Amino acid sequence: MAYTLKVNGQSKTVDVPADTPLLWALRDVLDMKGTKFGCGAGLCGACTVHVNGKAVRSCQTQVGSVKGPVTTIEGLSADGTHPVQRAWMEVDVPQCGYCQAGQMMSASALLAAKPQPTDKDIDAAMYGNLCRCGTYLRIRQAIHRAAQLASARPGATSGGGAGRARE
Amino acid sequence: MKKKNNTSKSIDRRSFLTVAATGTGGVLFGLVFKADAQQGRGAAKGGPAGGRGGPGGFGAPAAPLKPADFIMVNSDNSVTIIAKNPEVGQGVRSLLPMLIAEELDVDWKDVKVVQADQDQAKYGGQIAGGSTATPTNWIPMRQLGAEARQMFVEAAAETWNVPASELTTGSGKVMHKASNRTATYASLASKVATMQPPAAGSVKFKDPKDYKIIGTTVPSPDLHKIVTGQPLFTIDQTMPGMLYAVYEKCGVFGGKVKTHNLDAIKKLPGIKAAFVVEQPEITAEVLPGDPGLENGIAIVAEYWYQAQAARKKLQVTWDEGSRGTAEHSSTAYAAKAAQIGAGEPMSTTRKDGDPEAALKTAAKKVEANYSYPFISHAPLEPENCTAHYENGKITIWTSSQIPASARGLAAKSCGIDQSEVTVHMIRGGGGFGRRLTNDYAAEAAYISKEVNAPVKLLWAREDDMRHDYYRPGGFQFLSAGLDNSGKVVAWRNHFVTYGAKNDGQGRGPAIQSVSAGGIGATEFPQPFIENYALYTSAQPLAIRTGSLRAPTSNAMAFVTQSFIDELAHAAGKDPVEFRRDLLAQTKPAPPPAAGGFGRGFGGAPFSAERMRGVLDLVAEKSEWGKKNLPKGTAMGVAFHFSHSGYFAEVAEVTVVNKKVKVNKVWVAADIGSTIINPGQAMNMAQGAIIDGMGAMMEQEITVDHGHVVQGNFDTHPLLRISAAPSDIEVHYVKSNNNPTGMGEPSMPPILPAVANAIFSATGDRVRSLPFKKAGYSWA
Repeated sequence: MAYTLKVNGQSKTVDVPADTPLLWALRDVLDMKGTKFGCGAGLCGACTVHVNGKAVRSCQTQVGSVKGPVTTIEGLSADGTHPVQRAWMEVDVPQCGYCQAGQMMSASALLAAKPQPTDKDIDAAMYGNLCRCGTYLRIRQAIHRAAQLASARPGATSGGGAGRARE
Repeated sequence: MKKKNNTSKSIDRRSFLTVAATGTGGVLFGLVFKADAQQGRGAAKGGPAGGRGGPGGFGAPAAPLKPADFIMVNSDNSVTIIAKNPEVGQGVRSLLPMLIAEELDVDWKDVKVVQADQDQAKYGGQIAGGSTATPTNWIPMRQLGAEARQMFVEAAAETWNVPASELTTGSGKVMHKASNRTATYASLASKVATMQPPAAGSVKFKDPKDYKIIGTTVPSPDLHKIVTGQPLFTIDQTMPGMLYAVYEKCGVFGGKVKTHNLDAIKKLPGIKAAFVVEQPEITAEVLPGDPGLENGIAIVAEYWYQAQAARKKLQVTWDEGSRGTAEHSSTAYAAKAAQIGAGEPMSTTRKDGDPEAALKTAAKKVEANYSYPFISHAPLEPENCTAHYENGKITIWTSSQIPASARGLAAKSCGIDQSEVTVHMIRGGGGFGRRLTNDYAAEAAYISKEVNAPVKLLWAREDDMRHDYYRPGGFQFLSAGLDNSGKVVAWRNHFVTYGAKNDGQGRGPAIQSVSAGGIGATEFPQPFIENYALYTSAQPLAIRTGSLRAPTSNAMAFVTQSFIDELAHAAGKDPVEFRRDLLAQTKPAPPPAAGGFGRGFGGAPFSAERMRGVLDLVAEKSEWGKKNLPKGTAMGVAFHFSHSGYFAEVAEVTVVNKKVKVNKVWVAADIGSTIINPGQAMNMAQGAIIDGMGAMMEQEITVDHGHVVQGNFDTHPLLRISAAPSDIEVHYVKSNNNPTGMGEPSMPPILPAVANAIFSATGDRVRSLPFKKAGYSWA
């Protein structure tokens, strides 16, 4: 069955069964490879995207249940100018980099809800995102840095939205 | 982002030339490339030997490397540098090109990094393993840069008719100060392309004080792609007409399909093919290191999720063979180990002096039994490989840590010669040793040939966790004797591992241990204790094992450094002081023994002086013994030498009702004179602490009738951010030694450092990993 999704501000149609995970509609059908597969069970957070601005695990989100706009890592910004992306580069967070799209989606959702998070807020919001390489100290540091960058440019952490979407 | 210039892509030889020739308007060094008829000759003979395979696997290449194979100067005077090794997050894609760029004397902003394909004849060893990239390439990569630099100098000297000695270089230019002339490398390149490189030994390296790139933090050339979600990893590779596959295997190694419902599976949505694969039985008592293609069922679909959904409807009965029995269960393994450990050892790995006699006469005797479980690598990107078989040739895209072996297994799967295989090396989402084995490449290759189409094989997480090459579990039955002054006068270890008695007609060790299941004869503390014995016994094992970050050491350090802590307390000495005294102990010179993983490559012996250096530094930085810590808060210390690196670590923990918080960790490292890329080195050292903490507290793979029980991160957890210390300081002793690797040796000491801190805080000595079995958890 065909579903029309609003992904990073663009309308996209996917013809898949209703119970297809959003992750695989994004990766295989829409050929958007930024969202990663790690566990298939909602345990690692590598597949985190925003639905209606809220961080969700796309491997546990069925296409038929998606009501509202979807933002993926590609929708934070295509050129790396989103404060979370800038902070991630400044702090040089990644080792292998595989989990980082999911980390950044969780981080941007956190910052949209709580623009100046404490370490405790960060640990709570990022609990569901595993990093096998162990870059957690830099993730904390980068979220604080992104908060600074965003406060210099109010409203910049929300991401998604038609106005910000790029192909 | 200031490093925007650096891009990294994997492109084949032909397109590399095309891109270089048309994209930048000129190829200089690159013009000497010939169509690569020799592709793969480095690995053409002998096949994958136990996962290490191929000439140049670890060491220097057989033939001299050529600058033209690594360096291209483009017409805009930017420089393309080949990154030759597999990148799985260790930062080698920037590290090796940095060495070349430094001696070439160009600015990093002008460097474009391009990933090499697998071709060991051209590039030398291409492996992500053993923390070898730095020690084996420190000289050859700088040599390449220095040779090329000298060629530009000579070209300018000829052009200007001045002595080469009057010329200097910098920022990709040759300068003649006396006549105020400057020439870019690009302007000299057509001349250089006709010259022969100087002899490798004849070039002079820079004085380290003049380094502009080495010693600065250089991010990954892939950083921008990572943060913008561009296709980058093996799982992201696609091509027109590509199909997706899953591969279902028996839960027991070697199990065969008895009955199936593939007729029904083939009718499910999107399914293009479904078939049974049968391979010759492996009867060896000790499983081979990288057996390749195994029995199973392939399901191929238009999209991966269709294949995975169809798989859930599979009805298969398996013939589990001889490995699916009760004796191949974790409880049975432990019971057998206890029985073996209490008895006569099966073999003597090392014996110096008379430890049994010395134990009898020692003032104090301490005995303890330690054990540790199998654990899984679990890189976050599940194993996958894209393969395209066409007209008797195959191309694979893989993040193998040892792509020469992937080549061998892909060829074997397809029944073709290794020279018919092209291997593209793609960034991997973590390695940790898992991608030193190449079963997924063997499967992808076979399936592609069978369906005659490009195929991406992707494992589910459960495939990855249940079909891993696990860090072997083990059991160590220890006793040690102290004299009245607290000196360690005897040490006896009966090590019970997995494996079998060697049937090698008297060659090799008496026990053939499973892959990564042995302890070296000269492992610490052998060099320091006069009466020392290491005995090795083994029992059969049904699951596969292999190298996991700091193989052997990742368990050894926990056992040895915990036991040494016990001895320190028995001797009534401070744990740091006790270790200093132990490092000062001497013994009659033992007969020379072969090197190995534990000793670092090149067989460098354990240096008491270097270990003392890092121990003193970590004690100083952590203010060991100088702080008044509240009740329930304490520090623990440990050190370990592996992969040529000396690491001492201190952890400060707070324990309340068996809930553990690691407040802070101090790392002191001696990995030689130079930290090539300090930012990435620190990231990796901090990550090693996080990794080791996770293994210590929660990770355990158990076996039930030959089946691995755990399948995902709920039952085999990784450390989560909430348990990460608030700070991990990393300090260096910059000794006068060539630089060595960081990835592996940084990890082992953290397990005992935290364990010893927990003992100090609580008086509870836990001798069996993981700590959760003793009721501990993270606060």
